[in-house]
Amino acid sequence: MKKNRIGQLAIYLILSLWALTTIYPFFWVLENSFKAKDKILQQSFALPIGDLFTLSNYKRAFERLDIGRAYINSIFISTCVTIGVMMLAGLAAFALVRFRFRLKKFCHTMVVAAMMFPVFATIIPVYTMETSWHITNTSNWGLNMLSVILPQVAGNLSFAIIVLMGYVQSLPLELEESAHLEGCSIPQIFFKIVVPLGKPSFVTVAIFSFLWSYNDLFTQMFFLRRPEMRAITRLLNELTSKEGTNYGLMASAVTLVILPVIIVYIFLQKYIIKGMTAGAVKG
Amino acid sequence: MSSIYKKKKYVFLFLAPAFVFLILYLYYPFFVNIYGSFRQIKSLGTYGTKWNTPFFKNYLSLFTDPVIWTSLKNTLLMIVATILGQVGIALVLSLLVDNIERGTQFFRTVYFFPIVISATALGLLFNLIFLYDKGMLNQFLEVLGKTDLTDWKNEENAILTMMIPVVWQYVGFYFIILETGLNNISQELYESAAIDGASRLQRVFYISIPLLRNVLCTCVTLGVTGALKVFDLPWTMFPKGMPLKKTFLTGTYMYYQTMEAKNVDYGATIAVLIVVLGVLLSKITRTVFRESEDY
Repeated sequence: MKKNRIGQLAIYLILSLWALTTIYPFFWVLENSFKAKDKILQQSFALPIGDLFTLSNYKRAFERLDIGRAYINSIFISTCVTIGVMMLAGLAAFALVRFRFRLKKFCHTMVVAAMMFPVFATIIPVYTMETSWHITNTSNWGLNMLSVILPQVAGNLSFAIIVLMGYVQSLPLELEESAHLEGCSIPQIFFKIVVPLGKPSFVTVAIFSFLWSYNDLFTQMFFLRRPEMRAITRLLNELTSKEGTNYGLMASAVTLVILPVIIVYIFLQKYIIKGMTAGAVKG
Repeated sequence: MSSIYKKKKYVFLFLAPAFVFLILYLYYPFFVNIYGSFRQIKSLGTYGTKWNTPFFKNYLSLFTDPVIWTSLKNTLLMIVATILGQVGIALVLSLLVDNIERGTQFFRTVYFFPIVISATALGLLFNLIFLYDKGMLNQFLEVLGKTDLTDWKNEENAILTMMIPVVWQYVGFYFIILETGLNNISQELYESAAIDGASRLQRVFYISIPLLRNVLCTCVTLGVTGALKVFDLPWTMFPKGMPLKKTFLTGTYMYYQTMEAKNVDYGATIAVLIVVLGVLLSKITRTVFRESEDY
C-alpha cells in the first residue's frame, strides 16, 4: 500500500511538471508586461511589485498599435466565417445525407478530397482571382475583409460538412416524416427540426471555425496588407519585424491578445475541447 | 429512404452554395496553381505573361536549389518530432492520468490550453523566452549556475528551438484524443488482469497500448498532416529562414519565394511539391500504421 502512495505521488509530480510548462509561460509574460524593458532582461522572475511595476508598456501598446481596430477586424472576420461555414455546411450536410440523387457518391468524395488541399496549394490562384474582382489591396474595408472571409469559409467547409453529416445521420427519420405529414415543407423541416436539434453539433462547428480563423496568420499575410486592415495575428507578426527589440511592448501586446482568449476558454473549455478535437474522436 | 426527400430542386438549392465555394476556392485554384508553376509570373495577382523556357524550368530548379533540400529535411524532422514528441509525450501523460482519480479535469483543461492560443502570439512569447541577452531560459540557466549565455537561435540550435514550441503546443490535443480512447477501455479488463496477477506496467503494455492501437494510428496520421501545415510559429520566430536560410520548412519557404523573393511561379512549384509530399506521406503512414479490425 505504501509503495502505491509513492507511485501516486510520482504520477502527480510528473503531470504537474507538464502543467507547469503550459501555465508558467503565460504567467511569466503577464508579469513581465508590467516591467520596463531592462528589468525584463535582468529580473524576469521577480514579481512586478513596488519599483518594478509600470504601466508604460500598455500605454505604449495603445499609442503605437491599433489594437482596438485589429480586434474589430479579427472578430468581424471570424464571426462572418463562422456564420458562413455553419449555414453552407448545414445545408450541404442535410442534402448529402437525406436526399437520394445520382451524383451523391461523387459529391461526397469531392467533400472528403477537398480536405486534403493544403492552403499553400491554392493561395496564389485565389489571390489572383480575387485581384481580378478588385477585392484585394483595396481601401474599401468591407471588400478587403471579404477577401479574407471567402477563402477561410472554403477552408473550413469540408470538415464542417463531414462533422454535420455525422449528426444528421444520427437523427431519427421518423421525426422528419411526421413533420412532413403535418404539412412541413423541406426548408421548414431543415430550419425547424434539423437545426434546433443539432445545436451541440453546430456549436462544435462554430468553435473550430471561429478559433481557426481567429488564429490563422497565413491567409491574413496575403490579403490584409494595409495597416488599417490588419487583424490581430497580422498585427502581432508586424510587431516582431518593426519593434523586435522592444520587449516590454511585445509582452504587453501578447498579453492583450491572449487574455480574452484565456477568459473565453475558462468559461467554454468543455465545448472548445470537444470542438477542436471533433472528427478525430468519434463520440 | 423516405419518400419526402425526392425533390431535385432542393438537392440543388442546398448543395449549390457549398459546392460553389469548394470548386471556386479549392478545386479550381488547385489546378490553376499547377498551371502557374509552368508560367513566368513576375508579380502576385497575375497569371503571368508567358511560359517558362523550358516550361518545366521551375521543377529543374527544385533539384539544384539547396534551400529546398534544407526545408525538406526540416519538414521531415518536424514530422518525426511531431510523432515522437507530441504523440509520445501525450501517450505517457494520458497513461499517467488514467491512473489517478482526482484532478483529471484540471489536467485536461491545462494541457489543452496552448492550442487555443494563436501560434503567432506564441511565437512572440517564445522569442522572449529564448532571447539571447537575456530571455527567460538564459536567466534561468544563470540562476542554476551557468556562466555563459546560450544562443538558442544560432545555426546549431535553431532547428531545435523552432520545434520545441510547435511540439509543446499540440501535446494537449493528442492527450485529449488518447485519454478519450483510454476511457473507452472497459475497467473490467484491468480488474481481471489484476486478479490474474498482472502488474500495473504489464497492464499498460498488454491491455492499454494494444487497445489504443487504432487511436494511436489516428494520432500519427493527424500528426503527419499537421506537421506539413505548420507555418505561423516558425515564421514568427525565424522569419525568412534565419539564420542563413537554415530554418525553412516547405510551407515557410513557399511563402518566402512567393511574397519576399517575388518568385511567384517558383512559389507555386513548391506548393505542388507540398501536395505531392502530403499524398506520399499519407500513403506511407496508412500502409505502415494501418488501422486494424482485430480489436
